[in-house]
Amino acid sequence: MNEQVPILSTRFTLDGKTVEVFPAPGARLSEVLREDLGARDVKIGCNAGDCGACTVLVDSAPVCACLTPAQQVADRQVETLGGLYISDPTTQALATRFQDMGAAQCGICTPGMMVSAVALLRETPRPSVEQVQDALGGVLCRCTGYRKIIDALIGTAPDAQDVDGDVGTALRHVDGPQKVSGAQLFGDDVAPPGTLEIFVIRAPHPRAAFEFGDVTGFVASTPGFEAVLSAADIPGRNLFGVIPQFVDQPVFAETETRFRGEAIAALIATPEALAGFCVEDFPVTWRVLPPAQDITAAQQPEAAQLHAGRARNVMCGGFVACGAADDALETADVVVEGHFQSGFVEHAYIEPEAGFAQVVEGKIEVHACTQAPVMDLEALEDILAMDRSKIRVIPTAVGGGFGAKLDISVQPYLALAALKTGKPVRLNYTRTESMQSSTKRHPSDIRLKVGATKEGHLSGFNFYGEFDTGAYASWGPTVANRVPVHASGPYKITDYRAESKGIHTNNPPAGAFRGFGVPQSAIAQESLFDVLADKLGMDRLEFRILNALENDVPTVCGQVFAQGVGIKQCLTGLRPAWADERAATASFNAANATLKRGVGLAAGWYGCGNTSLPNPSTIKSGVLADGTLVLHQGAMDIGQGANTVISQIFATAFGVPVAAITRIGADTDVTPDAGKTSASRQTYVSGNAARLSGEALRAMILEKMNVAQDATLTLGQGVIHARDAAGAHQLDLSNLVADSDGFVLRAEETYDPPTKPLDANGQGAPYAQFGYAAHLVVVEVDTALGTVKPIKFVAAHDVGRAINPMLVEGQVHGGIAQGLGMALMEEYIPGRTENLHDYLIPTIGDVPPIETIIIEEPDAHGPYGAKGLGEHVLIPTAPALLNAIADATGVRITQVPATPARVRAAIKAKQA
Amino acid sequence: MSYHRPLDLASAVDLLSQPGGVIIAGGTDVYPAKQQGRQPAYYLDVTAISGLREIAHSNEGTRIGAAVTWSDLLRADLPAAFDCLKASAREVGSVQIQNAATLAGNLCNASPAADGVPPLLALEAQVELRSAARGTRTLPLADFLKGVRQTDRAADEMLTAIIIPPTPSGAVSAFEKLGSRRYLVISITMSAAVLAVDGDGAIIHARLAVGACSPVARRLLALEKDVLGKTLADINITPEHLADLSPIDDVRGSAAYRLDVVAAQCERAMRRALSDE
Repeated sequence: MNEQVPILSTRFTLDGKTVEVFPAPGARLSEVLREDLGARDVKIGCNAGDCGACTVLVDSAPVCACLTPAQQVADRQVETLGGLYISDPTTQALATRFQDMGAAQCGICTPGMMVSAVALLRETPRPSVEQVQDALGGVLCRCTGYRKIIDALIGTAPDAQDVDGDVGTALRHVDGPQKVSGAQLFGDDVAPPGTLEIFVIRAPHPRAAFEFGDVTGFVASTPGFEAVLSAADIPGRNLFGVIPQFVDQPVFAETETRFRGEAIAALIATPEALAGFCVEDFPVTWRVLPPAQDITAAQQPEAAQLHAGRARNVMCGGFVACGAADDALETADVVVEGHFQSGFVEHAYIEPEAGFAQVVEGKIEVHACTQAPVMDLEALEDILAMDRSKIRVIPTAVGGGFGAKLDISVQPYLALAALKTGKPVRLNYTRTESMQSSTKRHPSDIRLKVGATKEGHLSGFNFYGEFDTGAYASWGPTVANRVPVHASGPYKITDYRAESKGIHTNNPPAGAFRGFGVPQSAIAQESLFDVLADKLGMDRLEFRILNALENDVPTVCGQVFAQGVGIKQCLTGLRPAWADERAATASFNAANATLKRGVGLAAGWYGCGNTSLPNPSTIKSGVLADGTLVLHQGAMDIGQGANTVISQIFATAFGVPVAAITRIGADTDVTPDAGKTSASRQTYVSGNAARLSGEALRAMILEKMNVAQDATLTLGQGVIHARDAAGAHQLDLSNLVADSDGFVLRAEETYDPPTKPLDANGQGAPYAQFGYAAHLVVVEVDTALGTVKPIKFVAAHDVGRAINPMLVEGQVHGGIAQGLGMALMEEYIPGRTENLHDYLIPTIGDVPPIETIIIEEPDAHGPYGAKGLGEHVLIPTAPALLNAIADATGVRITQVPATPARVRAAIKAKQA
Repeated sequence: MSYHRPLDLASAVDLLSQPGGVIIAGGTDVYPAKQQGRQPAYYLDVTAISGLREIAHSNEGTRIGAAVTWSDLLRADLPAAFDCLKASAREVGSVQIQNAATLAGNLCNASPAADGVPPLLALEAQVELRSAARGTRTLPLADFLKGVRQTDRAADEMLTAIIIPPTPSGAVSAFEKLGSRRYLVISITMSAAVLAVDGDGAIIHARLAVGACSPVARRLLALEKDVLGKTLADINITPEHLADLSPIDDVRGSAAYRLDVVAAQCERAMRRALSDE
């Protein structure tokens, strides 16, 4: 029978065009679309149906292309975002709606989200919130918190305005059109099809010794294999790290691996050869060694020492003290204490680490998703032992970062492989590989004791926290430093002691994750503040307001801000909601026995920029002879909107609409270093550099044209026009000499925040500015099952000046979604939750409506008064949720995530 | 290695006589289970086989073809007794998964947390298997599922249909799923109830099944027997009713937690089945 004949070719319709492909048996449709048909708008986030990024329409029905056999779409219609955007009016209207709401941040989930939405809108043009949630429940987003996506579909009035983009206006993301059309190129989207690929061999055990067999022979005898890389192939230093005193992580382990997923070698082969490669065939022998898998075990004398010179596996610590904490606790009228724990949290950006490298005229060129291109370049300089002039890092779009793309990942493998083979190479981590090898949020184990006078004034605060920093330092020292500075929360505490320690274990390296340890310490502090207020018989909100930090009051580091302290405004901004929601909850609870609602509060603060360390950003701008105004914008936009915000600040300073700017992105060959996208520093630090650059360029032009300070500038073909009270003026650019960049006028400016070092007691001026936040949340607890359903958030944020209110809301929503995940469902367990169906992040059905209250208490250092925001958001979220659970049920959860099992166990224990 | 997508059942089972094949329909379990470098001798794609994507009704009950997807089921006009199955369909992964995944695949994959199994057990489903060598056989779903990822399907057999015998007139049903988030979630526990009551609200037919609390989802036979003749208000689920369950501790919840909540969940499933919503 002819049906027994295997299928060799498959013909189908792709976005209206008939195509024919010859896929390998069982090839995934996603691969065929991306590699054979060039549809790189189809994104791959998990290859398991867990994230929905690859959603395409097959005969109008949304399916995961990664789970669809290519042969199965024979004679069917396949539609992707790229094609829909060109020809489908529903998609085009949706694309506008997405941009109007800021519903695409990093953009990696946007193709899957929009394609799924189009399927819904074709059947249901005016969907309800529930219909949107049901339709989009299969697409994960880690940036937006989903509510703006829902708004885009249900027809909420646009957040964005048709504006020039001056500071303070809700301009659409300047790179929005690329995101909503599928044109934006991420880490795995830049390599040509058929490029050699890299397969990294990783440790299957938490700790093991290993010996290679005949690796060279294996590679030589395996068709399609080009080369293998291991520690021996590293020309420079086989180490990387982000903090100079703590560079301790090998690119390839040499004899012993220290965590599950650590790299020992990398194979370079054709994609076809790698498809048939079984890891067990690789010649290596493992000898399992006893691991230290938690901070208690790691500090025992018999535990293996992970690093020389770090006795008892203590990497380092942090310390801040002022006044006399113990004495104050002694004299306090009320004292409460608690023990709080949290686990590893995975960043779970939908784009796994990916990139492409090639050698171009003797220079190694690395294209990869990153939050820190210049730090990547510096790491490669050491690893490759090459002069930086021979290395070029060109960041791709970044499909979410949240801290983990500050560390290098694919970059050294790509560079080494391209140099070794002389050929272009490509590497895209699998989801599991990404989860195993990337950094995590530090698990914490915190003991805190806080006292207060009977009038409600804080009296003594003693904090001790240990943090599992995993096998390597990464940003662990930063966490250790930041926590004692921030553990007080934004409150007046005169007698304070906080100590932190980072402990090495045979776990994945814990590093930077939105908040650098502060979300963990806030759980302890804000939980106990509720307990304290209750014990004092005080209103929980008024207790916080009474103790809130103010201008001219020293922080626990002895830093005194004469201006800009906005926490009181954040907290008082919650008063109406606090009263209303408490009343509504009381009546709900009176009518329900099993379902119980509660209202929770928490506050937070966060210092923007590096802690007491230099932290400069440089922004270059200029005018070309043809009149083009160019902004070199090197602050990595990882979805938060740096491209938009920096453009708005520059445009305002220079005095033109944002549309008049030609933006050139990060590229270590052409754009100056705007520092890393980290520490909520880009709006503040790079924003200031952009402001200075814009002002300098404007001043230069005004002076050249001899026009008034308030002159209006416009750029024309080869000319700059100015208009002031004296009339119209013109500067002919053709008379000016162009520099090597082609600029006839240029202004490169650097800004570095003024900070002062911390002394042995942590006293000093760690940050030039803090941002402030307070959250309120209503939850509903099913006391029979232990499930917690957030009903509503009200989030008050002091951002100094909202450069772009729509983007501010975007950060607030996204941060809350991540804080909610940390509080209720997320826990990374090596070997057990290494995928996105065992490791759960919130879906579109898990994030409730969020009301954002923007407080603008201007900061003297911030550009136009602006403060950083990205990390501040999720600091109050988790404690607010825990406080709401306690309010609803009377049980206090001290370990996150507050899974249904943990909540139910606590309720049962209370009932017993 | 090859890929086959036959148009008729005979060709499909002929092909299955050759060893080393993998049957694929929606691909939603096949691809996630795929191991680096491992390839089957061939893929047998069952989605183009004539008649396999149909839901048919006869005196013997309702026959759900092996290529029927969860979305197909949701669109089908089915009696109220099938509400539990439809409710579980809405909980299978996401719309993307429901559009591709089949009920038959859910059974053959034999996950302890398979969403479709408790409702199908409560509906007393049978499965039909066919091989070229031995023809067709039918067996109860409870016998087909042997353990975690284990079924009674021989390598040369294909599950061709799920058959649900006629349900008592007036039977109603409901499904409850407990997970740590709203969508795309593997169940911690789930319960399905198919009930019929008399004019006074006394239960005259009860089929109750629980998933994710034992290697294979199970019916709660003792509870089914105990509730007969009672109204909802009289039902008290005791540990003895749950004695057949043997939940495990895993990342989603502890065994103790599962046992603790499943009683409440069963009760809710019964209540929902009998409510007018």
